[in-house]
Amino acid sequence: MSLNAITADAVSTVASHGTSAVDPVVFSFTVFVLAIIVGYHVVWNVTPALHTPLMSVTNAISSIVIVGALLAAGPLEMNLATVLGLIAVGLASVNIFGGFMVTQRMLAMFKKRK
Amino acid sequence: MLSANMVELAYLLAAVLIIFALKGLASPETARRGNAFGMLGLGIAALVTLQMDAVQNYTWIVAAIAVGGLFGGVVARKVPMTHMPQTVAFMHSLVGLAAVMIAVSAFLDPVAYGIANVEGGLYMASRVELFLGTFIGAITFTASLIAFGKLHGLLSGKPLVFAGQHQLNLLLGLTMLAAGIMFCVTGEMLPFMMMLVIAMVLGVTLIVPIGGADMPVIVSMLNSYSGWAAAGIGFTLGNNMLIIAGALVGSSGAILSYIMCKAMNRSLFNVLLGGFGGDAATASAAGAVGQRPVHSGAAEDAAFLIKNARSVIIVPGYGLAVARAQHVLKELVETLLAMDVQVKFAIHPVAGRMPGHMNVLLAEADVPYDIVFEMDEINPEFSDTDVVLVIGANDVTNPASKTDPSSPIYGMPILDVSKAEHVVVIKRSLAAGYAGLDNDLFYMDKTMMLFDDAKKACESMLQALD
Repeated sequence: MSLNAITADAVSTVASHGTSAVDPVVFSFTVFVLAIIVGYHVVWNVTPALHTPLMSVTNAISSIVIVGALLAAGPLEMNLATVLGLIAVGLASVNIFGGFMVTQRMLAMFKKRK
Repeated sequence: MLSANMVELAYLLAAVLIIFALKGLASPETARRGNAFGMLGLGIAALVTLQMDAVQNYTWIVAAIAVGGLFGGVVARKVPMTHMPQTVAFMHSLVGLAAVMIAVSAFLDPVAYGIANVEGGLYMASRVELFLGTFIGAITFTASLIAFGKLHGLLSGKPLVFAGQHQLNLLLGLTMLAAGIMFCVTGEMLPFMMMLVIAMVLGVTLIVPIGGADMPVIVSMLNSYSGWAAAGIGFTLGNNMLIIAGALVGSSGAILSYIMCKAMNRSLFNVLLGGFGGDAATASAAGAVGQRPVHSGAAEDAAFLIKNARSVIIVPGYGLAVARAQHVLKELVETLLAMDVQVKFAIHPVAGRMPGHMNVLLAEADVPYDIVFEMDEINPEFSDTDVVLVIGANDVTNPASKTDPSSPIYGMPILDVSKAEHVVVIKRSLAAGYAGLDNDLFYMDKTMMLFDDAKKACESMLQALD
């Protein structure tokens, strides 16, 4: 199994100190597990009355994949990979704008008794 | 161009803002600010990525954002609140499709993502991550499209069940897994594409047996999937912010699915197996319907009851929204409040077509949120209430869930409507509800049935009050 560049670098740096290297995937996994725990606690605190806005806003948030789409669309040279990236940028944009705006529209409706 | 460390820190800031966006939803007062945090977070993430050296194709990128953003904005402004479930399902499918396209693009050009080894091929670890991200994205894409079709009425809401269905799904799942593993080992195009196509088919075959009544669970579950798909892409790109945002959305959807299942007293597994809400249950209940005596009354009688009450609880169901009666109901509530009658709304978790749907529909009709209560908050209050007005709701008020162990909904948490002094049920006929069951509440001595369209009934009651 081949390791990627960062790991290879880490291996050489850490190896000189006599410790074994940590694969970046393990770091990512650490972040992943901690984020799930944060999500669990934050979402249980969401009032049930706002569960629909929660879904529309999480929709917008999962469109964070636009970061990946931008990298895919990034190169100037147009080929299948960049075209797919551009389409993904467009799809994610639908969700980001649509998701946040519809959430805003819903939240504006929630008013207290005068 | 920012240094790699600056980029990471900016991503961290974006991730924190996204967490605050969700935190804000703890109360309607902080929710709007939370939403602004969310927009800021996504904006920072996108801008930081745009300024990277690897991103050069600005003309086309700006065009793609403009077209997508415009479409999204128009949908967000125009969509009726009753159509939120299918809108959300549609958006889930877009996330899934975007994830698939990014994954395919990364497969075609791994060098652009920095996930290629010296020969320009994919690393083993990247292949595994790509496999996970692609198949979750593909299932999310097609499953959400089917859910959208069912919710929007383009496809029948009835569960599509056939012999050998679960075996077929198992076979498809195993084939997909085999193709995925083959891709991880060889890194070749053929198994990758096979895995992708089978995952898309699987998304369809998994959702078709699930009936319209179970769609709130499915929409929540797909919400969760869309998050895991984003996290999968994050793993592929080694991008922590994608992983964090994806994990947050993933756990959010999972919690909502759990809440919905619990409110229907079903296990997620049972929902996924599908076939619920078929004809069998309806047929067995149909014989009993119409053979027991009910007390029926006119709108004037109902108006008299609520006018002379001290406290009224309104139990709205989706039938209220179907009849477009929210606005006239709100006027009725205002009139009652002006007459010093205490009015509250009681919302069952599955009152609408998605979690929290009924709250949004009431908010849209200008019903203040501080007189709208959740099931657990308001259940102890029914015994002290003079009149309960049930409008367009059925199964969620059925006492059989507590008293009759043979009932299919036995054990489902309900609103304790039958504990109130008087109950008025507005319903077009004695037809059975979603679960296809007869409701004992309708035959109680304290219950008055008002057989009419919800909107007309509310209008007549309003007239009788004046």
